[in-house]
Amino acid sequence: MKTIRMLAMAAAIPALAAAAQAETKIGMITTLSGGGAGLGVDVRDGFMLAIEQDGRDGVEVVIEDDQRKPDAAVQIADRMIQSEKVDILTGIIWSNLAMAVVPAATAQGVFYLSPNAGPSALAGKRCHPNYFNVAWQNDNLHEAAGAYANEAGLKNSFILAPNYPAGKDALTGYKRMYGGELAGEIYTKLGQTDYAAEIAQIRASGADSVYFFLPGGMGISFLKQYAGSGVDLPVVGPAFSFDQGILQAVGEAALGVKNTSQWNKDIDNAANAAFVSAFQEKYGRLPSLYASQGYDTANLILSALDKAEASDQDAFRAALQAAEFDSVRGDFKFGSNHHPVQDIYVREVIKEGDVFTNKIIATGLSDHADAYAGECKM
Amino acid sequence: MMLTRERLLNWAMIAALLIVPLAAWSLDEPFIITLATKAAILALAGVGLNIALGLGGMISLGHAAFFGIGGYAMGILAAHAQNYEPLFAWPFLFEGSNQMPLIWLVAVVFSALAALVIGALSLRTSGVYFIMITLAFGQMLYYFAISWSAYGGEDGLSIWVRNEFPGLNTLDPIQFFAIAYVILCLALVFAARLARSPFGLALAAARQNEDRVEAVGLTPFTLRLIAFVISGAITGLAGALFADLNRFVSPTMLSWHTSGEIMIFVILGGVGRLYGPVAGAALYIMLEHLLGGISDYWQIFLGLLLLLIVLFARGGLIGALAGREKAHG
Amino acid sequence: MTYILVLEQILNGLQLGVMLFLMAAGLTLVFGVMGLINLAHGSLYMVGAFAAAAVAGWTGSFLLALIASLAAAAAAGALMELVVIRRLYQRDHLDQVLATFALILIFSEGTRWLFGSFPLFLDVPSHLSGPVSLPGGIEYPLYRLTIILIGLAIAAGLFLLIARTRIGIQIRAGEADREMIAALGVDISKLYTLVFALGAALAGLAGALVGAIQSVQVGMGEPVLILAFVVIVIGGIGSIKGALAGALLVGMTDTLGGVFLPQLFAVFMDPASAASAGASLASMLIYILMAAILLVRPSGLYGGSA
Repeated sequence: MKTIRMLAMAAAIPALAAAAQAETKIGMITTLSGGGAGLGVDVRDGFMLAIEQDGRDGVEVVIEDDQRKPDAAVQIADRMIQSEKVDILTGIIWSNLAMAVVPAATAQGVFYLSPNAGPSALAGKRCHPNYFNVAWQNDNLHEAAGAYANEAGLKNSFILAPNYPAGKDALTGYKRMYGGELAGEIYTKLGQTDYAAEIAQIRASGADSVYFFLPGGMGISFLKQYAGSGVDLPVVGPAFSFDQGILQAVGEAALGVKNTSQWNKDIDNAANAAFVSAFQEKYGRLPSLYASQGYDTANLILSALDKAEASDQDAFRAALQAAEFDSVRGDFKFGSNHHPVQDIYVREVIKEGDVFTNKIIATGLSDHADAYAGECKM
Repeated sequence: MMLTRERLLNWAMIAALLIVPLAAWSLDEPFIITLATKAAILALAGVGLNIALGLGGMISLGHAAFFGIGGYAMGILAAHAQNYEPLFAWPFLFEGSNQMPLIWLVAVVFSALAALVIGALSLRTSGVYFIMITLAFGQMLYYFAISWSAYGGEDGLSIWVRNEFPGLNTLDPIQFFAIAYVILCLALVFAARLARSPFGLALAAARQNEDRVEAVGLTPFTLRLIAFVISGAITGLAGALFADLNRFVSPTMLSWHTSGEIMIFVILGGVGRLYGPVAGAALYIMLEHLLGGISDYWQIFLGLLLLLIVLFARGGLIGALAGREKAHG
Repeated sequence: MTYILVLEQILNGLQLGVMLFLMAAGLTLVFGVMGLINLAHGSLYMVGAFAAAAVAGWTGSFLLALIASLAAAAAAGALMELVVIRRLYQRDHLDQVLATFALILIFSEGTRWLFGSFPLFLDVPSHLSGPVSLPGGIEYPLYRLTIILIGLAIAAGLFLLIARTRIGIQIRAGEADREMIAALGVDISKLYTLVFALGAALAGLAGALVGAIQSVQVGMGEPVLILAFVVIVIGGIGSIKGALAGALLVGMTDTLGGVFLPQLFAVFMDPASAASAGASLASMLIYILMAAILLVRPSGLYGGSA
């Protein structure tokens, strides 16, 4: 497992403040090898960009690869808490890894800030004062897609997702907001690569639109095959299948598809403009949704460290909850269960020169919180 | 008892597996203890597989099934206990359990039952067909677990607090290590006695020459099935411990990669060598830990090393260090 | 449920079956002739897809990409055989499983090291994209139809190769009696390398053809590998005829099961839980099929002795 230690430069900080500041140790557990490593790499790069830009003394980040294996993630977390004595953990991409790590970590008195996964249990019954989600609750983007379908006048959707918990949450989230009929509801195999059978069913169903949640390679396969099938119903999906890293592999097949996201590179605010250009300059590629989430997570931590030390847990928690940082999403605040209350946009896939990317065309949901906040008692 | 080089090596290894975590404990390095615990538990899974593989000559690429069943036995019992939801109300009210001995019992019984069914069906075939059909049964359970939403599906099941063992504080890494270590030692003693028992000798004979065993009135099928069940049960017990180590169980434990990894422990150490899995698991975890620090692409080196061992160091680590083995014993 | 939908699903099953045949043919040949079980066959599928995506990216030509996939996979296969595999022929299956498992690790992480962690782009060429109308009013993607035809043509070619050519005779002789053909003066190590490279090329071609409609990414070979093993075990290891029969059976079962099981369950369950329960059973279906066939015929449909 790879360990990168990063000590920020002392130059920018006045000597007095530096002397008063205790060391803060942040542990990042993310996926840097195997399938799905692209997401972890983006979260890490976004996060480290913010840390470097800030450049303060006394913040140390330890990064380790979880290989997308829950048992590896749990062991790294145990080590970071027990041996490295980190104050804050972050970085996990996948819901199943988060469910394995977060409850035990927060129970051991560490803060956990999620830069990507937002399983419903952690937003509701299993919420914890030391757990903050800086991305979204898993249902959010799907809910926004359902709301957008109503607005766009879609009345007979065909919906599909893989047969696993996040897939079921996705379709539940869509149906929560969507008011029309369902032409069909299919659960596909996890990791499935051929969607000919599903596309034939879509063709035969008389639907007026398709909503799908197929993260990673599954979405690429589906879109390419859908484009070749001659079925031309409008497609709506969450941002995961249309994000910067993956979009170039989908190609023309994605053009014009509407997708929902809480962030895009054209959101008009100073923090976002600075982030997009700095990211491009440092890494030579456009930032993705995941990079933006990593960047926001780091800036949130830094803003809280301005007010309190991580060891002063109550003060630090209050500072996190206040979320007084310049989010690249524009307005950002936490709800009572430490999950974001934010706008979720509708984007359309476009081509800029040779590069496929997104532009915002509408707002799906404004100041949207999640459906589980009521179940959270803290 | 003769003092062969292999026997000395075995003692040294099992002593090292005890001394390293004790040293880590005194130096307050709890993570080393966790690593040692992981090695002990994975070695236990390997000891189970080795009974089928080394002693019985059955190449099972589906032992993840038993490892996972053990894990889920722990996950399901503990989840019900922690949520106060009865698991069943008839014939008596049962609310799950967070007591390790009971969990182990359930894990052993259910993985033995699964091994009985899978073994009875698979042992009708042999050779490559056996490898593949065990793989198929493993995949069947894997896909079932992914879509079994009542117990988390792909997300798996998280247990907040490690289960309890009477008289010990299992949350203390060194005490949990002690549990895993003692069980591993017991399993090693059991496996050694099994290999020397009339049953073990008959099984080994069936591996080498089927006709001869039939001629003395034993059925190789029954011998192998019994060995397969014992093997599955031990691997299942390891699964329950592994889930408790991570306080988490997920379908990953059932995937064919897990079967491959358990097999790697056995072969790294040396097939058919009693302490092979101990050496293999310890080496694998050290490699993962050390190589991981060198490169993101550490699995390339792991693959190369495995390849070299298979091609040039037959008999695995123990074979390389202790020289050729004299028949079983 | 219209008959058109049923027919379309049968075509889909056929297409999956034909692809699986390309994968399974190499596996089963290698096993039949050399007695080797090769878990790294899926890596060759991945090599073919990556080579095709890279060449299509440089040249823009799909035909060149297909040729590249054949060449790259055959080269990788020959190299694999020369460096590693030929040391394994005399070993037991256990060593073969382990060594080829190690090769998977090396190939997967090596590819990631070369091409990065994100999926690559490979698209259907424009003259093959879009649907065509078939008799009976079926709209079917032209590209999938092309895959079916290519696959069937290769199957026919393979049967001819084995039945009619000199190499085919040597292959059949090798399956029947390995020592004998060496004694007859056939350069056995050359034959082995050739057979291995041929199997690899077919896997690479399958990877490239499928890569155009799926995603070209590290690890893409493993799910297909497992399916291909199911295919050859059902068909009888070593038999090309068995591989074809098994591939079509698995293709049909997987496709039709996935479509019709949820609908069957919907007769007596509410739609959402029927969709979920049906999908669960469908994902286990081919393994159930395989177990059932092996119980009746322990060495597969066309298998002799394993």
